[in-house]
Amino acid sequence: MVPHDAEGLGELLSLLPPAPPGWVQAAQELPAARLGLDEIVERARADAAFRASLVAGLEDALAAAGYEPSAELLDALRTRLPELG
Amino acid sequence: MTIEVSDAQLVGRCRAGEPAAWNELVQRFSRYVYAIAVRAYRLPEHDAEDVFQEVFARAYQRLGSLRDDRAIRPWLAQLTRNACVDRLRSAAREQPSDEPPAEEADAVLEQLDEALDVHEGLRGLSDDCREILDRFFARDESYRTIGDALDLPAGTIASRISRCLDKLRERLEGRRMASDPS
Repeated sequence: MVPHDAEGLGELLSLLPPAPPGWVQAAQELPAARLGLDEIVERARADAAFRASLVAGLEDALAAAGYEPSAELLDALRTRLPELG
Repeated sequence: MTIEVSDAQLVGRCRAGEPAAWNELVQRFSRYVYAIAVRAYRLPEHDAEDVFQEVFARAYQRLGSLRDDRAIRPWLAQLTRNACVDRLRSAAREQPSDEPPAEEADAVLEQLDEALDVHEGLRGLSDDCREILDRFFARDESYRTIGDALDLPAGTIASRISRCLDKLRERLEGRRMASDPS
């Protein structure tokens, strides 16, 4: 229940300070990062050797191909390419 | 005054691939996700940052699976809760930690929902009011700092805050009456 008094409103506003700007920016840049994901998926589908290397060792294969194997990227790739397990 | 775009409209635009809509969605919910991590689950900053990025990454990947676009807020809250609990459990395996009891986290989450309702009410105020209330309450800035930033005499800040809070209260009451005409 939202309070009617000024003090209560002020207290509630104080509960939501801004998140650090760098965090917000990084989250806003996800669609651009996603382009990297699309590139990897496309290459995995077109290049059997690259696909085999991903299946053999996802993190190492990504790092060898010049990608940062972040947890988000690994999670997203496993969703897009279920054969990676 | 800004034109209000509903949460559902924003989700629809994100799904349509509008980059500006995704930016706005992150901006709109960033405080909420951050507050759940640091206030409800008391995560240290470095863990909170990981959770924050994980939540928005998952939201971006799975936005298509959201059945009701109006449910974006509880959906994000649930993604954040799950990520926080996973993080706390993983940390507890390495060393015992003081995970807040679930009831306590739930109570804080309820408060944060009310806080977000109030914060959303700011969107209907003038830029000046929005700025002054956000600086004073959410950013914890002093009258002097606000006065310097907005080029206003520090002695007028308190009365402006009071007037802006009145406008916010009127706006919130108007919204409440519109949604509950009985």
